[in-house]
Amino acid sequence: MFAKIILPPATGLNNKTGSWRVKKRPKFLHQNCTGCRQCYLSCPEGCISGSKKEYNVDLDYCKGCGICANVCPVNDIIMEQE
Amino acid sequence: MKEFLEGAVAIARTVATCKPAVISAYPITPQTHIVEELASLIANGKLKAEFINVESEHSAASCVLGASATGVRVYSSTSSQGLLLMAEVLFNAAGLRLPVVMCCVNRAVSAPINIWNDQQDIVTVRDAGLILLFAETIQEACDLHIQAFKIAEDPNIMLPCLVNIDGFILSHGYEPVEIPSQDLVDKFLPSYNPPYKLDVNNPLTFGPLVGPEWYLETRYAIQETLNNDVKKKIVEVAEEFTKLFGRKSYGLFEEYKTEDAETIFVTMGSLAGVIKEVVDELRERGEKVGLLRIITYRPFPEEVAKVLLKAKRILVLEKCISLGAKGPLCEDVISVLYTQVSSNGSKLPTVQNFICGLGGRDVSKEELLEAYKDTTILKFIGLKKENLGSFI
Amino acid sequence: MIDEKILLTPGHTGCAGCGQALAARLVIDAAGKNTIVVNNTGCLEVFTTGYPYTSWRVPFIHSLFENAGAVASGVESALNYLGIKDNVNVIAQAGDGGFADIGLQAFSGLWERGHDILTICYDNEAYMNTGIQRSGTTPTGTNTTTTPVGKDSIGNLRWKKNLVDIALAHKCVYVATASIHLPIDLQNKVKKALKMKGPKFIYILAICPLGWGSEPAKTIKVAEVAVKTGFWPLVEYENGVLTKVRKIKKDELLPIEEYFKLQKRFAHLLKEENKHVVEMWKEKVKENIEKYNLLED
Repeated sequence: MFAKIILPPATGLNNKTGSWRVKKRPKFLHQNCTGCRQCYLSCPEGCISGSKKEYNVDLDYCKGCGICANVCPVNDIIMEQE
Repeated sequence: MKEFLEGAVAIARTVATCKPAVISAYPITPQTHIVEELASLIANGKLKAEFINVESEHSAASCVLGASATGVRVYSSTSSQGLLLMAEVLFNAAGLRLPVVMCCVNRAVSAPINIWNDQQDIVTVRDAGLILLFAETIQEACDLHIQAFKIAEDPNIMLPCLVNIDGFILSHGYEPVEIPSQDLVDKFLPSYNPPYKLDVNNPLTFGPLVGPEWYLETRYAIQETLNNDVKKKIVEVAEEFTKLFGRKSYGLFEEYKTEDAETIFVTMGSLAGVIKEVVDELRERGEKVGLLRIITYRPFPEEVAKVLLKAKRILVLEKCISLGAKGPLCEDVISVLYTQVSSNGSKLPTVQNFICGLGGRDVSKEELLEAYKDTTILKFIGLKKENLGSFI
Repeated sequence: MIDEKILLTPGHTGCAGCGQALAARLVIDAAGKNTIVVNNTGCLEVFTTGYPYTSWRVPFIHSLFENAGAVASGVESALNYLGIKDNVNVIAQAGDGGFADIGLQAFSGLWERGHDILTICYDNEAYMNTGIQRSGTTPTGTNTTTTPVGKDSIGNLRWKKNLVDIALAHKCVYVATASIHLPIDLQNKVKKALKMKGPKFIYILAICPLGWGSEPAKTIKVAEVAVKTGFWPLVEYENGVLTKVRKIKKDELLPIEEYFKLQKRFAHLLKEENKHVVEMWKEKVKENIEKYNLLED
């Protein structure tokens, strides 16, 4: 007899941490993006994805930390009211 | 064919026939000869295995835990302080449901530091969810090792299994032993095929943080596994072993002249050898006595109650004590007797607890014959009052 | 909408802005899916594997607080036995508590025995998972719950245990420091390490907004300032030889006060009466600058 404590991969995707946001959420303006991928490489959640010069955040998981807006070198991401 | 071998060497050579893949251990008297022999076998090409010389027993157990999780057969060995140091890892391996097989060469626990035999070490981890087997002889120690792999690695069991042998008595003593042939072992013991493992082709997560909503069932699962699957498997495997290897393996416990016994000794380990002689001598004097030798200590077989309730007096002899209470073996015996008795209204026999052999003190047949006449409920056999008094 | 290549997925319960979460993701994404991760107890395993959720897309095992070094040694040995070690990376990782303190013995054994394992320390300079207690890598003057700042105390007294020197003393084939504000550099270091055989060590400063009292949005900024003050030099050693140093341009070098200003845990160091502590920090930074010739003309 076993208790089910071994986990298959990435069941965490069922935990929608987007519900953590209270104040702000990132908005990707898609105006000046140079495709540097800093946003993708700086998100602690790993919920930013895209390619070339179009990146987006998955709001199901985004905790609203604001790092992406802070690191974008061309200010193409802003934090707006939730 | 029998060879006259040191216990540790016999065990190591038997373990080698089981083909462990990863062996890791740390030196501690009196287990070290086992791993030294294994290292020698590997160095001489007689065993293909990874041998990890670790920096402590905690790491030895952790290494074999990691290797077991990666899906290979593992082995380690320890005693006393080493067992205590790795206690946390043993609980962890049981909780993770990994079949780590080890030999515990029973030795006294510090302080004071003492390298000689008693069973105080192993009883400290009796709550961990481990399968604990006790050997009386070197031959039995070898036989139990082969069975240990088969029991532990059963895909419905997957729990650590420790074979216990009395330090020096069985580890350094010599006996004519038969190391089973590789063919027989290969026939008996399948290769390890775990139901789960660390595998990049099937990336599982082991050891999550489990909250109050889920933890309880993990313990229930181990309890059920020990009380049902393990007991059944031990009996099955012992029968299979007896048939295939032509040597009797008893499974849960051995009964020696208990059929009409009015007094039954209970013990585990090599002390049984002395007690069997005591039983024989008492029988010659007309006393109706017998011995029940516990081989499987965890799970503790409730079946012993049926045997013991035939008698009027039970003498539990053990080389350990739960300081502040009784001997652990005695506590387990009383517990199963009580459960049985309270359910069918029969009478409880008198149970006496004799603590002996601590720190390697010799237990003689004469002392036991004297103790047989004693009616004290809890007694330290061979106590020397002159060693007591002031602390200096 | 989550990138398939991400091997540490969202849905974990790390704090918003957690530097360690980012570092761990950068590491595993660089290492790739043929990697087994062994993790000590700490923030990372707690927030990435809280049952029934796991954020890992690679095989992962958490055993105890102090034994990742030994468990990983066992994993690596098993892979060697099975003849598949060449195709599988093994990473043994821990926070500063699990690496430099309680787990140091097991990592020391791993390094000394020469296992082919990449060991990683995420240093957030305290036992964060249990509530911000001081560890062996907590720098002087840090406010933690077990070295609180008070009338009679400037916070933690001792300086950081030097894990880079300890790794080098064990003859690790690759030793490097990294920062999350240079993610490609961090990932390149991971990839480079994994191409080498033997024990490797990568040391990453893990910004902790909660424990450090910094703004979550500024996590990357804090990491950048840590490097630009000379406090966290970015260096690489191969086979014991210093092969790369990321230089700081003289006009980019920041005074250490800029680092303190970003974190409440150092707020008291900006007071006049704690000037002697700041002087000590400046000495340590100067040592780094001289040792690694950090400044670029």
